[in-house]
Amino acid sequence: MNFSEIFKQSNQLCRISPDGRYLATCVQYRLVVRDVNSLQILHLYTCLDQIVHMEWSSDSLFILCAMYKRGLVQVWSLEQPDWHCKIDEGSIGLVSSRWSPDGRHILNTTEFHLRVTVWSLCTKAVSYIKYPKACQKGIDFSRDGSYMALAERRDCKDYVSVFVCEDWHLLRHFETETQDLAGLEWSPNGCVLAVWDSCLEYKVLLYSLDGRLLSSFSAYEWSLGIKSLAWSPSSQFLAIGSFDEKVRILNHITWKKITEFEHPATICSPKTVRLHIITRNVCPTDEISQPPFQIPVVKPDLDRANPKVGVSSLAFSADGRYLATKNDNMASVVWVWNMQKMSLEAVLEQTAAVRCFQWDPRRPRLALCTGTPRLYLWSPAGSVSVQVPSEGGFQVHALSWHSNGDSLVLIGKEHLCLCYMDTEDKSTDSNIWTK
Amino acid sequence: MSPLGHFSQSEAPSLSGHRSPFVLTSFCTEDNVLECRSYINQEVSSLGLRAVWTPTDGPAELNVVAVLNSLYELIQLHRQGLRALDDMEVERQRSASNTELLQLSNTRLKGQLELSKRENTSLLEKERQLQLKVKNLQSCLKNEKEEVQRLQNIIASRASQYNHDMKRKEREFGKLKERLNQLLVDKKEKKQAMEVLNYVERADGKRSMWKTGRTEARHEGEVYRTLLSDYDARQRELVLENSEQRKVLQQMKRDMVSLLRGSKPARREETPGDPQTQVRGEGDSEDSEEVFESSCVDAREKLTNSIRLKWRKLKSHMERLDSQASLVQAGEGAEPDAVPLETHGQEMERLKLEIQQCKDFIHSQQQLLQQRLTSPCEEEEAAAIPPGSPMQGEGGRPGERGRLGEDWRALEEQRTHFEKERKTFTEAAIRLSHERMMFEEDRATWLKHQFLHWTPFTDQNQPEMTEGEQEAASVFSPECLPGSPSPETSSSPRCQALQTQSTADPYRSLPPSPESRYR
Repeated sequence: MNFSEIFKQSNQLCRISPDGRYLATCVQYRLVVRDVNSLQILHLYTCLDQIVHMEWSSDSLFILCAMYKRGLVQVWSLEQPDWHCKIDEGSIGLVSSRWSPDGRHILNTTEFHLRVTVWSLCTKAVSYIKYPKACQKGIDFSRDGSYMALAERRDCKDYVSVFVCEDWHLLRHFETETQDLAGLEWSPNGCVLAVWDSCLEYKVLLYSLDGRLLSSFSAYEWSLGIKSLAWSPSSQFLAIGSFDEKVRILNHITWKKITEFEHPATICSPKTVRLHIITRNVCPTDEISQPPFQIPVVKPDLDRANPKVGVSSLAFSADGRYLATKNDNMASVVWVWNMQKMSLEAVLEQTAAVRCFQWDPRRPRLALCTGTPRLYLWSPAGSVSVQVPSEGGFQVHALSWHSNGDSLVLIGKEHLCLCYMDTEDKSTDSNIWTK
Repeated sequence: MSPLGHFSQSEAPSLSGHRSPFVLTSFCTEDNVLECRSYINQEVSSLGLRAVWTPTDGPAELNVVAVLNSLYELIQLHRQGLRALDDMEVERQRSASNTELLQLSNTRLKGQLELSKRENTSLLEKERQLQLKVKNLQSCLKNEKEEVQRLQNIIASRASQYNHDMKRKEREFGKLKERLNQLLVDKKEKKQAMEVLNYVERADGKRSMWKTGRTEARHEGEVYRTLLSDYDARQRELVLENSEQRKVLQQMKRDMVSLLRGSKPARREETPGDPQTQVRGEGDSEDSEEVFESSCVDAREKLTNSIRLKWRKLKSHMERLDSQASLVQAGEGAEPDAVPLETHGQEMERLKLEIQQCKDFIHSQQQLLQQRLTSPCEEEEAAAIPPGSPMQGEGGRPGERGRLGEDWRALEEQRTHFEKERKTFTEAAIRLSHERMMFEEDRATWLKHQFLHWTPFTDQNQPEMTEGEQEAASVFSPECLPGSPSPETSSSPRCQALQTQSTADPYRSLPPSPESRYR
């Protein structure tokens, strides 16, 4: 495992291009594009204000830089560094900006979510979408980029509009039976749209691509509901994490719950579960404990809104075999579930609260970080914990995998570092993996 | 001691034998006046009265005054005694009635006590029930309180969520108002605009199209095509899965069938032949149904039902084996179980021998049949050849031809005769095969019979058998037949009863424990 040197960045804006060749970072108002392997600076662009949001286009040819305060979006081209494009939202303000899947349209959401403006880089055409909903996840593109689902709110009712991304034609517009729609997400196969309600009501509605309501799922009433939601890569399962510290798995045939995963404070039973602990010793090692395990629990303040309790993060591995979850009142623990056996596979306990975890896009390998200078990797073969070599004490706040799964971008508060994995076969390399 | 008795003992030997105290006439006579006088004196003084006679009165005289006084005192004494007696009588009666009263009241009080005891127990019982109820109600109350608490917590969290959202919305509203004010005040309005050096190509290189009805229709088509392909893929997967599972089920069924069949020799007491034949029969019928699979709902249901049935049989068989194993382990049935094993082995040997003999018999029959069939053919061939060879040979003179014609006719007659014989022979063969089949069936039932009702004890009473069985019995040496059949099957002829027995009967007709069989 190799680590690159530490580079500066601001606002945690570091993105690897979709084709995996470039790394773009923002330093204040400058956009720096480097080659991923050599980390040489290839391009340097200067924007008009501090960049708040940066995104690659899907074909890795353009980068958009958004400056919300000024209401500006600047688009830079990699092929033609002289090319420039500036979108000024004027008085209407800018709250969010994103690419469309074809990499030629930019969707800007105005202040107060008054409307969404669709700017085209190919033509002079501009489209407007009224009444977008300001919620956790109001816009989602299907994986193949053909359709966009947008949540709307009109007259105290929630609607979903489905657009064809090719020409922004409104395909379907239907009302949803939610009290307060919190988010929507396409299934990976693009045939089902999951729509969920705010935490005051536990409700998930499943719509087919053509707007028919397929099914509705509600686990319980009154208590705080859904906190997070994730589709399995094969679209077979829908995992719903809720405030009652449980994850419920629905199957795509009947849309009924097939199992639920609990996060108890004491794990008694299974012999197959391994607890991987990072100890506080000087030379931190990975300890394996025998059941029963005791998980450290932080009791949340239930009087406040959005209490720190419940399953807030869910992630399926790329092959859909594993599901990693994090329960907010056991923030230093990541639970790994085996989706084939529908049971707990491993419990990863860290010394501090887990800040970010992400699965390798190619293989079942989980990387996680806790705001300490260590990087932690887990795979079914074992786990390993690595210290990021740095003089100044580089704290890893977030991480992001390269699309080929061979390297990781480790993002700190003001710095970033690249970690290159050994490209040889991990299963034969028994030195670093501890079982 | 009565004074008279005393007197009779000590002083008056002249008294008669009368002991009755009321007969006083013979106490004093003229002879024993003095003695009587002194005796009376003694008695009276012992009673505390004045003496009747004192020596100062004179030896042979009685003090009449003293005597009368003492008589009067005696009479007083007597009256007192009588009075006392009366009083005591009265007292006695009074106490008797008191006692009666007391006894009555005693019984009454006992009754009351019983009643009150019963009442007490019933009240205790009621109290206990009430206490239970109270406990239940208390636990209900506790649950309700917990529920209330939970709901209150929920309300509190919802309220805090609402407040949070309200505040957020109010903040946004405030911002909006500010913005609106600002816009009203602001003179120059910055419009949205996009500056771009030059427009770029679309990612897919195509030119953008006008929105027409055709494009809309195309989009719709795309949508449905996507959905359909997804459904297709899913259906294909499901069909694959289905066929896999059906294969697995078939395999399971076959295994179960073989298990059930294979378990027959190992089972000593419970050997129902019917399920076996049933199983075999079902298996045959369903193997043919495998051909018409997937879409046929009936076939599917039949398969699952047959699997369930066989699974149940297997389970019951396993349970029985377990119980047998436990019995064997208990050690009590060790002795009787050891004996049947040996006799079972002997029976098996005997049956094997019989089967071998049957086979030999059938084989010999087959050979005979074969010979019979081939010999007419040879004769036929022999009959067919002579006409050919002389014809093929020289031309033949008329005389010879005539002779040959006669020979030919005779041989033809023989040939027809042999044809007839062959026909009859084939018919006989067919009949024989029928009879053989019958015989096989009878043998099977007879074997079943044997397995169901065999005991180590031979019995001279031979039950009535059908013709087939009698034939079999005559060919082979009749062995020991079951002497004590189960009561349920003895009513009708056993073979027919066995044939009509359902699967459940053998299990039902079997005695519950092994010991009872071998009595």
